[in-house]
Amino acid sequence: MSPAIEARGLTRILPGLVPVTLVEGIDLTVQAGEFIAITGPSGSGKSSLLYLLGLLDKPSSGTVRLQGLATEGLDGDQLADLRLARIGFVFQFHFLLPEFSAAENVAIPMRRLGAMPEKAIRARADELLEGLGLAEHRAKLPEQMSGGQRQRAAIARALANDPALILADEPTGNLDTASAHLVFQTLRGLARDQNRTIIVVTHDTELAATADRRLHLVDGRVVP
Amino acid sequence: MAPLGLAIAMRHLLHRRRQTLTSLVGVSLGVAFFIGIASMMQGFQRDFVNRIIDAAPHITIKDEFRTPPPQPVFAAFPDAAVRLRGIKPKDEVRGLRGARALIDALEQMPGLHLAPTLAGQILLRFGAKDISGNVTGIVPDRERLVTKLERDLIAGSLDSLYTAANGIIIGEGIALKAGIGMDDMVSVIAPSGVLLRMKVVGIFRSGITLMDNYDTYVLMKKAQVLQNRPNVINRIRIRLDDVEQAADLARAIETRFGWRTESWQEQSSNILSIFVIQNAIMYSTVGAIVIVACFGIFNVISTVVFEKTKDIGILKSMGFRDADIRRIFVYEGLIVGIVGMLIGWALGYAIVEFMASLRFNLEGFVRAQGFVLYRTPKHYVLSGAMAIFASTFAAWLPARRASRLNPVDIVRGAA
Ligand SMILES: Nc1ncnc2c1ncn2[C@@H]1O[C@H](COP(=O)(O)OP(=O)(O)OP(=O)(O)O)[C@@H](O)[C@H]1O
Ligand SMILES: [Mg+2]
Repeated sequence: MSPAIEARGLTRILPGLVPVTLVEGIDLTVQAGEFIAITGPSGSGKSSLLYLLGLLDKPSSGTVRLQGLATEGLDGDQLADLRLARIGFVFQFHFLLPEFSAAENVAIPMRRLGAMPEKAIRARADELLEGLGLAEHRAKLPEQMSGGQRQRAAIARALANDPALILADEPTGNLDTASAHLVFQTLRGLARDQNRTIIVVTHDTELAATADRRLHLVDGRVVP
Repeated sequence: MAPLGLAIAMRHLLHRRRQTLTSLVGVSLGVAFFIGIASMMQGFQRDFVNRIIDAAPHITIKDEFRTPPPQPVFAAFPDAAVRLRGIKPKDEVRGLRGARALIDALEQMPGLHLAPTLAGQILLRFGAKDISGNVTGIVPDRERLVTKLERDLIAGSLDSLYTAANGIIIGEGIALKAGIGMDDMVSVIAPSGVLLRMKVVGIFRSGITLMDNYDTYVLMKKAQVLQNRPNVINRIRIRLDDVEQAADLARAIETRFGWRTESWQEQSSNILSIFVIQNAIMYSTVGAIVIVACFGIFNVISTVVFEKTKDIGILKSMGFRDADIRRIFVYEGLIVGIVGMLIGWALGYAIVEFMASLRFNLEGFVRAQGFVLYRTPKHYVLSGAMAIFASTFAAWLPARRASRLNPVDIVRGAA
């Protein structure tokens, strides 16, 4: 079986008068079900790497293979379709749509994919929220929830289309220690119990230590 | 995707009620004003045209030429620069010469009714009042076929021209101006110097101010006496079964016979050209309203796009395509356009019915009691299409900007 994600010589340089190198020469292979932590000082290129792995940004050179599928030649729409079906993002900011309830937010990727009837979509949204301990908050608007609850709702949304790969960029950055632990355990559980591939960017070395593998970045390069 | 994009668009609009309402008001007013103004203007214009078509001859052949005949000297020296000064016009007897043959030829044409007449100017004297006017010498039996003079009579009859010794039919405007009543005797003075005492045997009201204030009718024979031109006619007035052919036929007659031949459009060209200006004013007014409404929509959608940058970022990283994002914001313009159109239709309908209920006396080109309104689905279709097109276009620009936002910039910036 091909690895969940496989990056070769991944380099991203922002063009300009003074070109900025975000990441350089990253080689990375992650197997399905692995739980990886990316650490490194601020500005070391962790987020940039995550965007490249998540097909949100295109590398200046190097390749990304998602479940064995080469992504170099794909256009914007094809990349969007891949993100929709196979990748879930969780960011430091929750990015829930403020006009929609928690359950509706979770339903949006499923509705966009259109693979299930509306009834099944609602059932799955409720189920995902329940799994993250948000059963009684399903009808609340984001502004009516706490930071930790919002972040868990965002995780539920990232899981909506049953993606093989979850990419989380400092998902616990805005949370207190207890909530951070809860979110982290949730992510780890997803890898262990559901065989999903999880890549988490974090500053928290203690949390990072619990990962299967750690990738430390300095100045856009992996250091051992 | 359609329902989801629509759902997001609806939420966006419903969550900024005041802005949405403002842009709705703009679109609605544009649509409503268009319907109101268009039905008023077109109602008036169509009414006028109908009255003209009904009352006036469709084609008039006159004893004139459009261009003076070329002077022989120009023909003699075709390549030279010739300048003629002090030309003395030939003192020829005016009138349609060879009218008999002309009438015979015209009468061969199907769907055409004609009445030869002698038209001229008169001065009408009643008591101390002098009123200038036009006099038309008619044959009542033929007049019936060509104009609706008989139907327009509010007193007297057409046939009493035959029975009275010196009968004259005058317009209501003249009657009111000079206080002339039925059976009053008036003095009619023609430029030829002839003076006749005539008896008013009819008063008409055509509703067209110019006609009611200036036109009079006498028997053809009396007109020839007044003008001292026995057996002469100087006009042939024609009525067609199909009024649409007037312009073409007029041109054909003029080409064939040479006499200046005017269709009703040409005879009323001054007023018809005012209509063109009226329409231009109307369309530019409504156009301005629509443009303002467009700015409103553009403004609202631009604001929404700006406020929704984060949402756009997450939707794109989630897997929404550029077109999906664009569609959301175009839907917003479309919703405003459609709802604004529906409200505008209702409002426009109300305006038209309100104007229809007003009663007042009005005298311009025509006499009317209140607005003449033209109600047609065309106005609704046109204003609706305009509203939807304009609002979609106004939304398109910010929508395109939204779809081009780079999600990486957004998620990086918002962290
Ligand atoms: N648009 C940009 N223009 C110029 N420099 C940029 C731009 N985006 C990112 N950078 C730079 O690229 C580097 C890598 O940024 P990145 O966001 O990947 O770092 P990070 O490791 O995620 O940092 P943090 O831990 O603070 O989130 C940083 O030095 C940043 O300043
Ligand atoms: Mg970062």
